[in-house]
Amino acid sequence: MATAATRIKESAADRAFLIVVYAILIVVVIAVLYPLIYIVSSSVSSPSAVSAGRVWLWPVDLSLKGYQTLFKDPQVLTGYGNSLFYTAAGTAISVCLTVMLAYPLSRKTLFGRNLLMMVITFTMLFSGGLIPTYMVVKALGMIDSRWALLIPNAVWVWQVIIARSFFQSSIPEELVEASEMDGCSDLRFMRSVVIPLSKPIIAVLVLMYAVGQWNAYFDALIYLKTADKFPLQLILRSIIIQNNSGNSVMDAMKQVERQQLAELLKYSLIVVATLPVLIIYPFVQRHFVQGMLVGSVKG
Amino acid sequence: MEAAGKRPEARKSFARHWQLYLVIAPPLLFFLIFKYYPMLNAVLAFKDYYVTKGIWGSPWIGFKNFEMFFENPIFWTLVKNTLLISFYLLLAGFPIPILLALMLNEVRNQRFKRLVQLVTFAPYFISTVVMVSILMLFLAPRLGFVNVFLNHLGMSSVNFLGNPGLFSSIFVWSDIWQTAGYSAVIYLAALSAVDPTLYEAAKVDGASRFQKIWNVDLPGILPTITIILILNVGSVMAIGFEKIYLLQNNLNISSSEIIATYVYRIGLLNANYSFATAVGLFNSVINLVLLFSVNALARRFSNSSIW
Repeated sequence: MATAATRIKESAADRAFLIVVYAILIVVVIAVLYPLIYIVSSSVSSPSAVSAGRVWLWPVDLSLKGYQTLFKDPQVLTGYGNSLFYTAAGTAISVCLTVMLAYPLSRKTLFGRNLLMMVITFTMLFSGGLIPTYMVVKALGMIDSRWALLIPNAVWVWQVIIARSFFQSSIPEELVEASEMDGCSDLRFMRSVVIPLSKPIIAVLVLMYAVGQWNAYFDALIYLKTADKFPLQLILRSIIIQNNSGNSVMDAMKQVERQQLAELLKYSLIVVATLPVLIIYPFVQRHFVQGMLVGSVKG
Repeated sequence: MEAAGKRPEARKSFARHWQLYLVIAPPLLFFLIFKYYPMLNAVLAFKDYYVTKGIWGSPWIGFKNFEMFFENPIFWTLVKNTLLISFYLLLAGFPIPILLALMLNEVRNQRFKRLVQLVTFAPYFISTVVMVSILMLFLAPRLGFVNVFLNHLGMSSVNFLGNPGLFSSIFVWSDIWQTAGYSAVIYLAALSAVDPTLYEAAKVDGASRFQKIWNVDLPGILPTITIILILNVGSVMAIGFEKIYLLQNNLNISSSEIIATYVYRIGLLNANYSFATAVGLFNSVINLVLLFSVNALARRFSNSSIW
């Protein structure tokens, strides 16, 4: 009896504890979600409602004016096209180089693999710095070239570590030995065994590089000079952060209307720039988490 | 003796894996050109750079650039701002993902747990430019959501981004908003690896939920916590350029100028290459020393270290 009584008492305390935990987590979810909903709602509200601060949670005077204006703006369209190109090309280059580096380093019989691994991880701890790197890119003639966004940061060490530990743990050593016995070359083995078996890790690499490339602005800021090569993120910076909204589409409007529309455009622009990533995110979150964990096991 | 023994091994490996060495050559070349060659270029820090003479032809000036930097009054401002923002971020940003993971670990309803994870992880995918854009829109002095809200409550507007005193808080708390869910993942994984028999034992002993967290969960993930802490402390000087640069304006510059943004301003905008290289090198070296010391300390006082 006595033990039963204490157990009930304890579980009451535990239940209270659990209620507090749930309450905090609900507050956290609201705190994360509210700004996101607010932005989406604003982007489909009328320009006057947005600039009068009448939007609180749901759209006010539903209107697609922001998006209509946005998709007529040549600057935004060029930026969008450029970002799609940089993401596709950059991801392809990065994933190829990462696999080409990580797979050989996962082979235990490759002489010098530990030394090479150290050489590569050291670049995580120490770097020449901004200016010395800039001078290399400049010496290669990549300033104001699209290559500057695709090559100088193509390989991330962390991705190499993740891919390497995947290869180490999921390509069985016996398989390598057996195929070597049958006279299968390393290249052929890589092409017809390793790549097909590594689809999960290649998916993770593609996703991480693609998101990184889509979201990047720093390399474009320092290496690009011509506006028609700018990725979307730089256009965003110029319109929202530096407030250069004087685009041609809006010239014909009245001053007040133009100001209201400029305010609305910022919300639409944020949605348009973030949507591609956030739409695929719920489907790929699992892969992201797995990728992080594979890396941390042996990282 | 050992080297002599290794040479045939190397030759054998090369004969057997020559194709793999061919495959690995291009990415290795990438590291040599874009990561190691810049390290050589860092000698610029000890030179007086003339464009016409190139890096190697420019005259040596020893530590003059460093002396100039240390004597410049901005030196202490930069160090102070860099350290203040980093330690603020460390103190506030380090425990929150741990708490989040511990709380999530208590949740038995799998759908709720997945929902919380899905939502808190999402802001990680927002780009720096969009994050700063959101901050600027929300904190704008006139039309910003936060000020409209304050006005409704009868309070006057605050120029958040124009106030140097508020800069570090804006930076740190928006960073936590963006990354806490992401950082919690690693602790959740560590929690799922805690030995289940320990929970059985705790249950038998009649431990409450809180006692279980304190005596089983926390010790279970302590090695992970230590490693993440080493990495975080080791990178306090390497605080990101990207977000701070975008948040800077003329009004908050006194507390928002950090070493990384100063290097960009002096080096690329004012084309003072060798001085900026020296400042950057100073930062990298301090960072490396810090990482090694923290790691050595951790190795001495606990069993976890990153190498």
